[in-house]
Amino acid sequence: MSIFNDNLKRLKDVQNNKYDLIIIGSGPAGLTAGLYANRYKLKTLVVGKISGGLMTESHKICNFPTEQDIAGFDLAKKIMKNVTSQGVTILNDEIIDIKKDGNIFKVKSIRNKNLLTKTVILALGTVHRKLELKNEEKFIGRGLSYCATCDAMFFKNKKVGVVGGSDSALTAALYLSEIANQVYLIYRGKKLRGEPVWVEKISQQSNIKILLETNVKKILGDDKLTSIELDTPYLGKNFIELDGLFIEIGHSPKSNNYIKNLKIEVNEKNYIKVGADQKTTCQGIWAAGDITNNSNNFKQIITACAEGAISAESIFHYIQSL
Amino acid sequence: MEKTNVFNLNGEDEFAKEVRQSDLPVLVDFWAPWCAPCQMMAPTLNELSVLMEKELKVAKVDTEKLENQKLAIEFRIQSIPNMKLFKDGKIIGEFIGLRDLDTIKKEIENIIK
Repeated sequence: MSIFNDNLKRLKDVQNNKYDLIIIGSGPAGLTAGLYANRYKLKTLVVGKISGGLMTESHKICNFPTEQDIAGFDLAKKIMKNVTSQGVTILNDEIIDIKKDGNIFKVKSIRNKNLLTKTVILALGTVHRKLELKNEEKFIGRGLSYCATCDAMFFKNKKVGVVGGSDSALTAALYLSEIANQVYLIYRGKKLRGEPVWVEKISQQSNIKILLETNVKKILGDDKLTSIELDTPYLGKNFIELDGLFIEIGHSPKSNNYIKNLKIEVNEKNYIKVGADQKTTCQGIWAAGDITNNSNNFKQIITACAEGAISAESIFHYIQSL
Repeated sequence: MEKTNVFNLNGEDEFAKEVRQSDLPVLVDFWAPWCAPCQMMAPTLNELSVLMEKELKVAKVDTEKLENQKLAIEFRIQSIPNMKLFKDGKIIGEFIGLRDLDTIKKEIENIIK
């Protein structure tokens, strides 16, 4: 795991350094931007909390051009290995403040490191959406999970539910169907909306029951989740006894005070508005990946990589013009 | 290699000796190799074990190992990374999910002070 180590050394090395580019976020957008920026000889630092980003939670990825069937974590490690071996510095830290001072940005991290940079790429990605039920927090780790890849193995031969109808919900249900006895796939829509390949696989799996036009109303249990209440009866009952419930209902863009303070425009769903060159409305700041409104709102690893690459190229020309 | 005081626990006997009978509080990280957030948590725990070496021991329990499965059941591990803070053999704190160093350090200090 050497790619994740030596953070203390890196923290010392980056202190008081001045960069051409600081990339905030180390998912596919941030890492690809780092790779391209490095090749443009820009002095670059990637800062992120989770190297690889959300893709690390994907059980199976089959639509990345070089990979037939790979776990998200393994794909993240491959990208990380490539990026770090080409000399890009990735810091395990979190940026908490950015202030603009003329043409320079003063960037502060949670580990109290003050950095200076000419440009910034916001590649913060998204966070899991929650059901927003009253007692949801209480059951996290007590039967409720947002990561099937992490927690499925604790539900061997048990009964579980998956909430959602997108690719991530469908792949979670398929993975769980190999481990749990029974999987209920609960989706509010009339039709599952994931890739037809996954929908077909789901329909072939005898231990997955699909409950359409159904919402979870309540999570029930004392010290652990034991059942859920539905708004639409299933086999005449509004309750299903469950050992586990996996929430896969999509994502929301990460928000930060500095995005507001820098007056970076976002759309009605809080995704950062960017142009075709990934520029935000704040000069010197670009955004890339799932956090933006670009790529026709298609949130994929490959579109995130593309946005990262476009940002780096655009920044290269911007810095040359300074 | 990064400096660390984190040690691995295997089985109930080691757990009893190193956690239940420990004079210092012990943070036990229940994890598994397939869990990406657990892998991301590892360097943070390595740093924490060095920064708080006088106040705290930090141990890891691989829940995939057969000899640790009784421990995973006893402590009702259903979501990882799952870190439990023990003092005098009793759980005095629980932290589920990935955290940065400052957050978990403050959370632990608030409990053990």
